[in-house]
Amino acid sequence: MNLDDALHTFIIEAGELLEEMEAALLRIEQTPDDADTINAIFRAAHTIKGSAGLFGFDHVVSFTHVAESVLDKVRNGLIPISSELVALFLGVGDHLARLIAGAADKAEPDEDVQQAGDELAARLGVYLDPPSPAGGQIGGQVGGQMTVTAEPQAQLDKEGGNGVDAHGVDSDNWHLSLRFGPDVLRNGMDPMSFIRYLGTFGKIVEIVTLADKVPALSELDPEASYLGFEIAFRTEADKATIEGAFEFVRDDALVRILPPHSLISEYQRLIGELPQEELRLGEILVRCGTLTPNELNAALDRQADHPDGPAPPLGEVLVDQKVVQPRVVEAALDKQKQVKESKSAESGLIRVNADNLDEHINLIGELIIASAGASLIAQQTENPVLLEAVARLSRLVEEVRDSALKLRMVQIGATFKRFQRVVRDVSAELGKDIRLEISGGETDLDKTVVEKIGDPLTHLVRNSMDHGIEAAEVRLARGKPAHGTVRLNAFHDSGSIVIEVVDDGGGLPRERILAKAIERGLIKPEQHLSDQEIYQLIFMAGFSTVEQVSNLSGRGVGMDVVRRNITALRGTVDIDSVEGVGTTMRIRLPLTLAIIDGFLVGVNAASFVVPLDMVVECLELSAQQTADSHGRDHLNLRGEVLPFIRLKQLFDVPEPPTPVEVEADDAQGGGDPLPRYGLSTAILTAEGAAALGSDPELAFLLHPVQRENVVVVQYAGRRAGLVVDALMGEFQTVIRPLGEVFNGLDGISGFTILGTGNVALILDVPGLVRRVVRQPNRHGSSSPATVSS
Amino acid sequence: MTHLEISGELTIFTAAELRQQLLEALGAGLDVEVDLSRVGEIDSAGLQLMLAAKQEAAGRKRALHFTGHSAAVCDALELCKLFGQLGDPVLVHSPS
Repeated sequence: MNLDDALHTFIIEAGELLEEMEAALLRIEQTPDDADTINAIFRAAHTIKGSAGLFGFDHVVSFTHVAESVLDKVRNGLIPISSELVALFLGVGDHLARLIAGAADKAEPDEDVQQAGDELAARLGVYLDPPSPAGGQIGGQVGGQMTVTAEPQAQLDKEGGNGVDAHGVDSDNWHLSLRFGPDVLRNGMDPMSFIRYLGTFGKIVEIVTLADKVPALSELDPEASYLGFEIAFRTEADKATIEGAFEFVRDDALVRILPPHSLISEYQRLIGELPQEELRLGEILVRCGTLTPNELNAALDRQADHPDGPAPPLGEVLVDQKVVQPRVVEAALDKQKQVKESKSAESGLIRVNADNLDEHINLIGELIIASAGASLIAQQTENPVLLEAVARLSRLVEEVRDSALKLRMVQIGATFKRFQRVVRDVSAELGKDIRLEISGGETDLDKTVVEKIGDPLTHLVRNSMDHGIEAAEVRLARGKPAHGTVRLNAFHDSGSIVIEVVDDGGGLPRERILAKAIERGLIKPEQHLSDQEIYQLIFMAGFSTVEQVSNLSGRGVGMDVVRRNITALRGTVDIDSVEGVGTTMRIRLPLTLAIIDGFLVGVNAASFVVPLDMVVECLELSAQQTADSHGRDHLNLRGEVLPFIRLKQLFDVPEPPTPVEVEADDAQGGGDPLPRYGLSTAILTAEGAAALGSDPELAFLLHPVQRENVVVVQYAGRRAGLVVDALMGEFQTVIRPLGEVFNGLDGISGFTILGTGNVALILDVPGLVRRVVRQPNRHGSSSPATVSS
Repeated sequence: MTHLEISGELTIFTAAELRQQLLEALGAGLDVEVDLSRVGEIDSAGLQLMLAAKQEAAGRKRALHFTGHSAAVCDALELCKLFGQLGDPVLVHSPS
């Protein structure tokens, strides 16, 4: 892996860690005593510091270190969790994100960032008591003759080292065994500097340099590291601090740290771990004053007694023997667990270039078209074996399609979770107590859509918090709980995904909106609008009813942008609101973008595709019903009024140029570029054809007469009928976007290629439903207006 | 007696080159004296080099002495307590 790759990975990982840290911070506010969460925050900071050090991002390291020291105190229960602290650390997280983004561009932090960092560091410094002389430098320059990463650590460890128990007073010495790996020097670290660094927060009582591994000059690799050290060390610092000193060689060096008063068995283990030096090491321990000769003998005896007994779990033994502080074991186990988890997660996931994925899906689109063509030809041959093979192939292609489309899908939950932070910040800013509830986070959504929905959603949430949720007094007066609630919800509904932003606030002031709209000249006073239409007014550019403009919203900028963004995703947004009770903003987005199950219908010679998800039922439009409707385009569907639309009229589909008098069999004959009625039988599935065969309607296919069918479609809870000539059955539809020229064409959302090579247009059902449903509405509501005026 | 003077750095950056010089000096078949008075900087690689040179000399049944230890060298040897191991008489500098 070259450095750039590694850097890239670092930046991605740091981003993920910061997200985790933020999530944990938001959790900790609710459950301040949860050690796991505190540890998660600490680990995130710690890991970022470690990796930033490897890349030499000194400013990131020094800044993170201050934060880490405070977190360490929090972890030890020396500082209580408070919302100020959480706020401070949210700021720290943001600042780190900026620093890392800057580092990614290989830019030095500019003055603003630097200043913000200093400010945060100063605020963090308050928590680090007692204020030490070194405190002033924290977060500032890094320097001195020490390795760069070690210096600030030294200052901090001195401060952070107060949390040690017991051993302090008549302290005996810690024992450190260091074996530096061969690559330490090559990696730019000097073992000696670690020893020097130890001297900054404790006293090296005795040191034995192990030079046994140093070969004769002729065999020496001058750039490899051969040295080891046994050190008796006296310090007030705790084990974590000492371990921290070796943070940057952790992978490259063997470091064993034994606390004062360790049990003999522990030294025995130490000796056992370094068998090639067994004898000397024992002597060295004696020389360091760590062991008395008697103790050494005891250790060696014991080792002899139990050469290879069954080993109890290490952590247990360690704590039992009071060898390590329980906290250390906990941390170690935690770390281990984390490594395991991330490993298993890693092995389950691979990062894939999005372009490759798109290409893959495009290819599958081609595959579907090709397979449709193949099955058409197979049906013409009427070879049962071939038909069976093709049917199996089609089924597999369908499965491949589904799995390929799933690759692009991500759950919306991650996006929702980010709003915890938004809600927290905004409610603090507004001085309102608002909680966020999340449901439906497991709802799948296309990745590209998820990326683009974040901004509009943020605006809706802010809007709900700012305008929707009332001040606490008002809420109490209305008999609601003092804290407001904003709820994010997502679910699938007939081929689209619905995302709701629900608040339990004051609801939209219908009359005020109306008055404002009239004042602004957006509507005429005599216009009568449905509630829906009034609510939609807030999405008009330059519309705001709030007298008091707040920092967040209310300038009338934004809601129109929200709607534009959502429309750009081929989605819609609508509003339900009850004054005094709350508002629901509902974003509706098309679920998939590339391949759908379609329902193929014929109108004269043309074919159209209706997304199958939106089809409710199909029925015949009898001559009687046509007569009953008297050109009003409504029919009676089991007692309900169903508005319908004639595709033939809507798209002005021309009558076939030649009168259709062919038998069904002839229709499949090639050479005729125009698809004809009979073609439909070829596209029908075998069952469909059989059903048709037994149906009296077969006559219609053989001897076409003017008889129509209605496809009932549903979108956003509204139904409409599409009147077509022929129903041709299900069809795997690869959506192709229309070219620039046809962009914005009403009622059409794309096209697809049929197995025959002919083109079929894909109907924009949401658009058609809106069109059909709205027209009579406006008509009905405007007539009373004329009466009243 | 072959004389060799090391000046400037006795560190990872110069270790390879100095190793060659030391080997050449020992190759002359005489005892070697290495003057360290002008060593301004020393690191672990430098210490290793000194230890290895001692071993090499012992292997060839020759003596190799380090003399005139500079302050930097003394400091490093003191830190790692290596005076005894190297066994050369050292003029102890008073801390400035």
